[in-house]
Amino acid sequence: MSISIQHINKSFKDVFALKDISLEVKEGELYGLIGPDGAGKTTLFRILTTLLIADEGNATVAGFDVVEDYKKIRNSVGYMPGRFSLYQDLTVEENLEFFATIFGTTIEENYELIKDIYVQIEPFKKRRAGKLSGGMKQKLALCCALIHKPKVLFLDEPTTGVDPVSRKEFWEMLKRLQQKGITILVSTPYMDEASLCDRIALIQDGEILEIDTPQNIVSHFPKKLYNVSANKMYELIESLKNYEHQYSIYPFGEFVHYTDQRDHFDPKELQQYLEANNLNDISIEITKPTIEDTFMELAK
Amino acid sequence: MKNKNVIEVKALTKIFGDFTAVNTITFNVKQGEIFGFLGANGAGKTTAMKMLIGISSPTSGSAKVAGFDVYKNAEDIKKNIGYMSQKFALYDDLTVKENITFYGGIYGLPRKRIKEKRCQLVEELGLQEVTNELVSSLPLGWKQKLAFSVALLHDPKIIFLDEPTGGVDPITRRQFWEMIYKTANKGTTVFVTTHYMDEAEYCDRVSIMVDGKIEALNTPKKLKEQFKVDSMNDVFLKLARG
Repeated sequence: MSISIQHINKSFKDVFALKDISLEVKEGELYGLIGPDGAGKTTLFRILTTLLIADEGNATVAGFDVVEDYKKIRNSVGYMPGRFSLYQDLTVEENLEFFATIFGTTIEENYELIKDIYVQIEPFKKRRAGKLSGGMKQKLALCCALIHKPKVLFLDEPTTGVDPVSRKEFWEMLKRLQQKGITILVSTPYMDEASLCDRIALIQDGEILEIDTPQNIVSHFPKKLYNVSANKMYELIESLKNYEHQYSIYPFGEFVHYTDQRDHFDPKELQQYLEANNLNDISIEITKPTIEDTFMELAK
Repeated sequence: MKNKNVIEVKALTKIFGDFTAVNTITFNVKQGEIFGFLGANGAGKTTAMKMLIGISSPTSGSAKVAGFDVYKNAEDIKKNIGYMSQKFALYDDLTVKENITFYGGIYGLPRKRIKEKRCQLVEELGLQEVTNELVSSLPLGWKQKLAFSVALLHDPKIIFLDEPTGGVDPITRRQFWEMIYKTANKGTTVFVTTHYMDEAEYCDRVSIMVDGKIEALNTPKKLKEQFKVDSMNDVFLKLARG
């Protein structure tokens, strides 16, 4: 196991940040920690990267105990925190050199590993890190986290606030790093990114809701799910909410995802109800649940 | 009433040194419309939005917001719009009650009106239990819902939302959008930026900025037809990747 966590608890004063967290990440796995802000993702990252000590439980990273062997862990992992934490007044090149030196290596030694990413920011290597755009900062931070060829890479919300194009490119980079044998633990609040991981843990309010492959998590959705649409979105949502048999209603893009309380649900009945509520162009079709549907069902 | 324009933008441009951040953009937004303002990081959304809310003067072009000119009447614009961003929310070290009172005062509402509004807001958002708690102790989702309501305290004609749902959990994100629908339904125009492409589908119309220009503007349905794809995510990828 590349990361092994057993019964970790952590609280700050009287607030529980993590409650009995256990999970295992295999070597070479791309593992996602999926949950909203405040779920406890960053606290867990800080414990695994030896920056914070858990109240209870233990964990190992790359075979080293996070408390006993903390110095060895720091040499074997790369950590990209959620908040940009490079030196804003050093240039791109200087930042990279600085991190390489700290870890007793050189840019040349591990250039192969960062080449793909570094070439994209190389034209700006004389620019101060503070003056880079969001996407470029993120790429530089990733290079700095990789420069000592870590066995395990921790990425805390690397794509938050990043546009869909850059997010897609970032995930393509992660896939390539995985192929080079690096284990990656990545957190994200974007549920659509979950499906790009080998396995995921859904986390909310400091507790793990479920751990499995994205495919299995989706297949555990307990209900039949329907896409409902009509000419007026706001009125559609309001009408569905007032429908006595509704179990859950969530807007999903151009549709509303609907589940019914009853085992034997006839869409025609719902159609008639919506028509009686002055809605037109009604469509009710069965659809496949997503990770987000499952997350909301579990968090309900 | 729905056909009245509350935002009219013509050839609006902003140049910093030799860099054109916003390049002759033209569009109108109607009263009560939910208008999605999308684009990649660095495409010029924030710069454009700053001009529309009266805190940055354009280099050229014209824009009227809530009937006021962005060059001459920037102060009037500020009084007639609400603004909320992901970063700037509320004062963490004030209580829920104090925040509402403070912003009511900033907007120049009479004391009696502030009290009425406060009671109404607290009830609507279900915050009765925490009115005297510091805002810092609230979950992010509640904070964002409160910030949204506070931005509407002075009954603005338009509300500008800059990535209001970033990092918010999926259920709260949807509750937030229900608040947006409700607000638009009452006739307030909603101008919103987001990186969640499913949220783009909730908008009446969507514009997509690429390198300072508006490259597409239509209803989500028409945009998907135009680019022959099934989702707004694919529309975005096609456009922004060139």
